[in-house]
Amino acid sequence: MPRAAGRAYRQPVLVSKFLGLHWVLVLVICAIASIGFAMLYSASQGEFGGRPLRQMIYFGAGLGLMIAVAMVHIRVWWQMSYVIYAGVLALLIAVEVMGQTGGGATRWLDFGPVRLQPSEIMKLTLVLALARYYHGLTITEVSKLRNLAVPLLLIVLPAALVIRQPDLGTTLLMVAGGVTVMFLAGVPRRVFAVGALGAIAAGVVGYYQLRDYQKKRILTFLDPSTDPLGAGYHIQQSKIALGSGGLSGKGFRQGTQAHLEFLPEGDTDFIATVLAEEFGFIGAVTMLALYTMVIIYGFIIALTARSQFARLLALGVTTTFFLYVFINLAMVMGLIPVVGVPLPLVSYGGSAVMTLMLGMGLLMCVHVHKYVPISRQGHIRQT
Amino acid sequence: MDQESERHERLTRRALLLGGGQALLLSALVGRMYQLQILESDQYQMLAEENRIDLRLMAPLRGRIVDRFGKELATNRLSYRVSIIPEQTTDVEATMVQLAQLMSLRPSQVSEVLRDAKRSRSFLPVIVSENVSWNDFARVNTQLADLPGVYPDVGPSRFYPAARVGSPVVGYVGPVTEEELKELPKDPTFMLPDFRIGKRGLEAEFEDSLRGTAGARRVEVNALGREIRELTRDGGDPGQDLHLSIDMEAQRFTMERLGEQSAGVVVMNVHSGEVVVLASSPGYDPNEFNFGISSENWKGLLADPRKPLLNKAIQGQFPPASTFKMLVSMAAVEAGLAAPEHRVHCGGHMRFGNRRFHCWKRGGHGSLNMVQAMEQSCDVYFYEMALKLGVDRIADMSKRFGLGQRLGIELDHEAAGLVPTTEWKRRAYNEPWHQGENLSIGIGQGYLLATPLQLAVMTSRIANGGIAVMPSLVARDANAPVPEFGSVGVSQEALAVAQEGMIAVMEGGRGTARGSRIKDWPGGLAGKTGTAQVRRITASQRRAGLLKNEDLPWQERDHSLFVGYGPIEDPAYAVAVIVQHGGGGSKVAAPIASDVMRQVLVKDPCQQVANRPPGLEDVQDA
Repeated sequence: MPRAAGRAYRQPVLVSKFLGLHWVLVLVICAIASIGFAMLYSASQGEFGGRPLRQMIYFGAGLGLMIAVAMVHIRVWWQMSYVIYAGVLALLIAVEVMGQTGGGATRWLDFGPVRLQPSEIMKLTLVLALARYYHGLTITEVSKLRNLAVPLLLIVLPAALVIRQPDLGTTLLMVAGGVTVMFLAGVPRRVFAVGALGAIAAGVVGYYQLRDYQKKRILTFLDPSTDPLGAGYHIQQSKIALGSGGLSGKGFRQGTQAHLEFLPEGDTDFIATVLAEEFGFIGAVTMLALYTMVIIYGFIIALTARSQFARLLALGVTTTFFLYVFINLAMVMGLIPVVGVPLPLVSYGGSAVMTLMLGMGLLMCVHVHKYVPISRQGHIRQT
Repeated sequence: MDQESERHERLTRRALLLGGGQALLLSALVGRMYQLQILESDQYQMLAEENRIDLRLMAPLRGRIVDRFGKELATNRLSYRVSIIPEQTTDVEATMVQLAQLMSLRPSQVSEVLRDAKRSRSFLPVIVSENVSWNDFARVNTQLADLPGVYPDVGPSRFYPAARVGSPVVGYVGPVTEEELKELPKDPTFMLPDFRIGKRGLEAEFEDSLRGTAGARRVEVNALGREIRELTRDGGDPGQDLHLSIDMEAQRFTMERLGEQSAGVVVMNVHSGEVVVLASSPGYDPNEFNFGISSENWKGLLADPRKPLLNKAIQGQFPPASTFKMLVSMAAVEAGLAAPEHRVHCGGHMRFGNRRFHCWKRGGHGSLNMVQAMEQSCDVYFYEMALKLGVDRIADMSKRFGLGQRLGIELDHEAAGLVPTTEWKRRAYNEPWHQGENLSIGIGQGYLLATPLQLAVMTSRIANGGIAVMPSLVARDANAPVPEFGSVGVSQEALAVAQEGMIAVMEGGRGTARGSRIKDWPGGLAGKTGTAQVRRITASQRRAGLLKNEDLPWQERDHSLFVGYGPIEDPAYAVAVIVQHGGGGSKVAAPIASDVMRQVLVKDPCQQVANRPPGLEDVQDA
């Protein structure tokens, strides 16, 4: 009578799933977002009604999305992964087509009130698709070169579309996320060695394909002092903001760099500088500790999950999250060139918040369903 | 199962590797944060302050220049200005075109604004025009809605209420030029867009004390340099007022009396050296220079043969002519060559070598003593004296009385004049002094050159009994001790001859200026006329009959001179008048001097005259 028992169990399942959410992780996420609201409030010259309020609405919606995603049975995600991938790829192509009519660097699709940035969602969709693909391969099959064709195609197709927008930051995040999943799935190391060499070669060739402003960003990154009022301005002003914060900062809403507009984009990509200027080293390290907690929980969730799909999905999402944090902070601190990557859950932007909460939803989903086994063919194994 | 667990194992291994890598990278972030926020924090804090705080200068209010009674010669007046802030206009050029339709703008002004707008940072205002008329200002104000970035406002600017009348004394201010910027001390005040410095006259000489010190405001600025709020303010110090010894009423009277004639006049206190009138005609309006004179007006001033820009009172150098005869007389008495009673017969000319030196009176004066010679300005008498004395003894006497040197009045470009000596001739021309040249020196011609100021000082020193008074334009502090002047070192006997000669010129029956006496005043003036010949008169011209001065072209007419002092007993003021190409001294310069002296004596600005003459108006009323 196991079936009947299962049936009798059905109603409390949603409740138990809800209670089974990783509430500590939810708390950490809420803490990060709250710091974000405060920073936005500060960066908006103390005006609450505009961006801070809208960001709260986005986050509230994001929380709902996260829980909804987490409640969906992991097998459904497994089943739908290729379909979702194909759908988002189609949206990317739509952006490409509409972008031509709109001209320039259009990354958005307008659906009435909702503006969708398919390239953001693609980061997660790619992880989903690759996780499913590798879930279906044995360790021997993974090592076979011919089995590289599908994952590479899965990565290259959206990357090629996104880089044409042009959006270097998203492309890099996407490729890095995809490659991470391949690495975790067990693709032999020599493949990565060859790939790295190929990437360097492609980088040299690709440098000449970059837009002038992208080239300039790289050059000024190497020596910001050459152009203190032009492209080096971002980096220099950002470092001044961080450095002048000192150990404990200038105090909430006392930062001068962003308030006096020395720092452009003080509420989006460069919001970390507002935090570091107003709360100093202590504030910045606290923030980093919260992010680190999310990453650690992500690893724990992944490593305790039973199916390869779940593990790869959780690690892929966590690594994507890590890349957001690392690239944004390293950029703000002048360690890498300026690329448009937001600080997760803090930078203003509905699309970024939704993407990240979708990712967190998938991670939660893995957590909720971590004991659910999935066969290589997709059947829930009866144990 | 093997395959499955191996797959799981490899994933775990690689996940730990990945986690380790991420931990490493996150640690790198913390390290970098530590470096920026702890190790290098001081440096970045400084940079943030530099970003945030800007020092904005406020031009100091320039000191006023006032006459001895507090009347303003130079002051600051609020004037209507129109400025534009380039970054707030839609298009600077289009805005200027619009403005040109609303207010009078010269093409040069438009091009200057466009040039300045390109040079300076676009949020800084560029002044389109200062001293805008009320009509233009009102018209611009009504159209403001269509003129984004245009700012009409009111600000202090230099104003000269006396205009032309004060110009020989105060000079003018103007914008700082690139060349001046190189020579001035490094002070950002000079870079202020509407800053003015003294260019000429007292404005230039007293620049340092008139200027004051700029105030500064420390303001918080945003990235564009726009002001957010003021942090501190240091008001700075306004410039010091400058009090003059000039009496504006007498100055105005003198300038008006001179009219359009090219002339220089100085009236000074014979004891203290205070200059009461310093006039140069025709003058110019210094207000024009303040706001940038138009090139037409500037060319006009330069082309005018009467040279309005030349300060004739201190820069106009003319032969002193017969006003020099007192010095020759005194030199002769001092040298013991001739007693005051020494008589010379004038037959209308003197023969020297194979040349004839004529007296101005063709028929001759007959026998004359020294005082009579001065009274009638006989030339032959002084040819004789000069021949006996030689140039060097005359030069010595001239220098004792202030000629041939700068007297240190507080004005720029004071001329030194010229008193020749044998030594000077050797150096200047590499030629010996010829005996015949002594004759022209005797009547104040030849190489001799003097300014009205020098002649006024000479007259003062004769009048005050040989005290080497020095001229000054600046009022003495009431508490400061009266300056002690030295003596010129000439005997009272010699001074008495000079004084008697000058009294005879005015009061004597044959005095050359007897017509210019102040008739209804017992105080009386002493004086001496002079007529400086500009062209050489050839023997044939003399035979053909001399042309009257009025029939000659302006440039060939004689200069008209007069020096004098009054009252005769207990002298208070000395005057010197030179009218360039004015004609005879007694006809032109003497009446002017008499009128000016009456004006001064009636008011007696230095409070020294016991018995003042009635005013001109009173005479006319009577």
